Amino acid sequence: MSPIVLYTIISLSATGITAAIILFAIAQRFKVIEDPRIDLTEEALPGANCGGCGFAGCRNFAEACVKADDLSKLYCPPGGNETMREVATILGKEATEKDPLVAVVRCSGSFAHRAKVNNYDGAASCAIASSLYSGDTGCQYGCLGHADCVRACDFDAIHMDPETGLPVVVDDNCTACCACVDACPKDIIELRKKNKRDRKIFVSCINQDKGGIAKKSCSVACIGCGKCEKVCPHDAITIENFLAYIDPVKCKLCRKCVPECPTDAILEINFPPRKEKDAEPKPDNQVEKGVVPIASDKTGEESKSG
Amino acid sequence: MFKTFRPGGIHPSENKLTAGSEIRELPIPDQVSIPLNQHIGASPRILVEKGDPVKVGQLIAQGEGFISSSIHASVSGKVLKVEPVVDMSGYKRKAITIKVEGDEWMEQIDTSAELVREIALERHEIVRKINESGIVGMGGAAFPSHVKLTLPRGENAEYLIVNGAECEPYLTSDHVLMLEKAEQIMVGAMIMMKALDVEKAIIGIEKNKPDAIVHMSALSEYYPGIEVQGLKVKYPQGGEKQLIKALIGREVPSGGLPIHVGVVVFNVGTLFAAYQAIQKHKPLFERVVTVTGKNLAAPGNFMVRIGTPISALIEATGGLPENTGKIISGGPMMGKALNSLEVPVIKGTSGITIMPDTESRRREIQHCIRCSKCITVCPMGLEPYLLMAMGERELFERMGEEQTMDCIECGSCSYICPANRPLLDYIRLGKAEINKIRRARKN
Repeated sequence: MSPIVLYTIISLSATGITAAIILFAIAQRFKVIEDPRIDLTEEALPGANCGGCGFAGCRNFAEACVKADDLSKLYCPPGGNETMREVATILGKEATEKDPLVAVVRCSGSFAHRAKVNNYDGAASCAIASSLYSGDTGCQYGCLGHADCVRACDFDAIHMDPETGLPVVVDDNCTACCACVDACPKDIIELRKKNKRDRKIFVSCINQDKGGIAKKSCSVACIGCGKCEKVCPHDAITIENFLAYIDPVKCKLCRKCVPECPTDAILEINFPPRKEKDAEPKPDNQVEKGVVPIASDKTGEESKSG
Repeated sequence: MFKTFRPGGIHPSENKLTAGSEIRELPIPDQVSIPLNQHIGASPRILVEKGDPVKVGQLIAQGEGFISSSIHASVSGKVLKVEPVVDMSGYKRKAITIKVEGDEWMEQIDTSAELVREIALERHEIVRKINESGIVGMGGAAFPSHVKLTLPRGENAEYLIVNGAECEPYLTSDHVLMLEKAEQIMVGAMIMMKALDVEKAIIGIEKNKPDAIVHMSALSEYYPGIEVQGLKVKYPQGGEKQLIKALIGREVPSGGLPIHVGVVVFNVGTLFAAYQAIQKHKPLFERVVTVTGKNLAAPGNFMVRIGTPISALIEATGGLPENTGKIISGGPMMGKALNSLEVPVIKGTSGITIMPDTESRRREIQHCIRCSKCITVCPMGLEPYLLMAMGERELFERMGEEQTMDCIECGSCSYICPANRPLLDYIRLGKAEINKIRRARKN
């Protein structure tokens, strides 16, 4: 072996060893003692770093869990109750159970339902479009259709339907992380209770214009007529600013409001098809009288809940 | 010697189609909708109700707080409703709709054409009257003028700079105003000089308006302290920071105001409004609007009552051409495309530009080729391509560090980009988000 190679090996090794000693000494001196439970907790989390918990990432959430006295204010939406139970076991704390949530899009104004009144050719972003104008249809509340929510989703749980121009939520993928809710500049997306078999009833509209104006701009807009409010046996429906809202906590999924809506603004999702006489989409007054025995149903529900 | 600013700037084709046409009175429409949010700052408080009779010049909404502005009726008649209408923002916002009956003016308004030179009011009285008259910046931003006249503690103004550059293509409202109302503008400048306690005023006019330069220079001899300076033609020379740089070579510090370099800037239109308010007791309820477009039958400059729907303006110029692509409030560079023809004229509406479909349509967005043209033309020395990339990736925190808030939204970058990238759109988005973050931090 030539001496040059030998010297090189020796000098490099010597440098390496010296550096290693210095680094070891420094590492010992400035050692950060971390709670080992943070690592354990982080492992139990989904690791999506979606931010749905309100922290920057899973690690920060894990740190917060370890630090917190109780977990009542901390929740990992993608992991759900199962993950939170796991975290609770690791940390020896009480886990909080929450009803699983899922995102719903509160706009049904598809191309067919809303006539275009102007064209937008700017940057394809809802945030930018909404800062410039109210939208290319007469409705200033509805979906702009530039898919900011789709880009915000880390779980492939929302996509645009090319036929309607509206986003569609894939319930099974949705983790209720809230990313799409935050991304939507029009506040159209809402997190609602998932319920049994993913059944949902909600007003698929956020138009706060007076009935006539709303109806003119979109054929499936909520016009605030109050029919659903009257028919609801559970007081779950409130009307404010010409817009109905169904409280997901009070709603018992009885579906009475759905056929009542004159504009089909209330959607029922994942329900079995209705029986023959219920199936009429818009019963006129005569049929209505014959079909809906409100009083008897009401007492039935009340006795159940009581 | 013609001066200009550095760095940046562009030379879009001027297309000043209406430069030679006189200011015509637009017939009063049947009904006007006067939006409450015409200016930067807080909404004013409404003073009228449905059914109330109003006269021209009557106060109908009182400014609330320091940065706000009052609104006066532009027509006489009855208040039809106080409900939201679509305005320049593209959204329905609160407005006072008045059904026109006759044309009865408030008694104190002096309607004679006689020029009043003597300024009777004291400094603070001028500022108060400007505030009461609802005067805002007429160049487009509509910033309440009394705020500019109230100097921050410890700051002294040295120069009044008057913006007659009108660098925006197509628009000529300031140009014709300087030709027809030059004396009033001069007196307006004297008023502002008195209010600010400054000795020197410089009026900057681009050299594509030689008649205005000659006319104003000749007049300035009779007004001590006022000087007219010609400027090279370059966009965005009418931006106040650029104008200050061009005229006196001072640079407004990042995040600062012109007053920090001893300057207050007003548009010639604002000076005319100030003259009318102080000398003629006439609040701001009408303004000059250029209605222009290559395919319009009869483009022109009009004296328009605030609240007049855009459709009335277009009718007066011969109706909407068939191949219209965009109707822009303002000029093609800084203006904003409208989504309705019923949008009312507001205090900041300097023009309506009708762009044909072929010219207005945006071209296909391609990848950035790193040509750095956007950096060359940016008058604020920013890096638009980088800011847009950050905006797309939602790195708003970093955008703030890159001085995005200095952007004056002139659109030079988007204009010059060979890849048709929507640079300004994303920078504007970033500015809004940075503001949100900063506000959240403050609270």
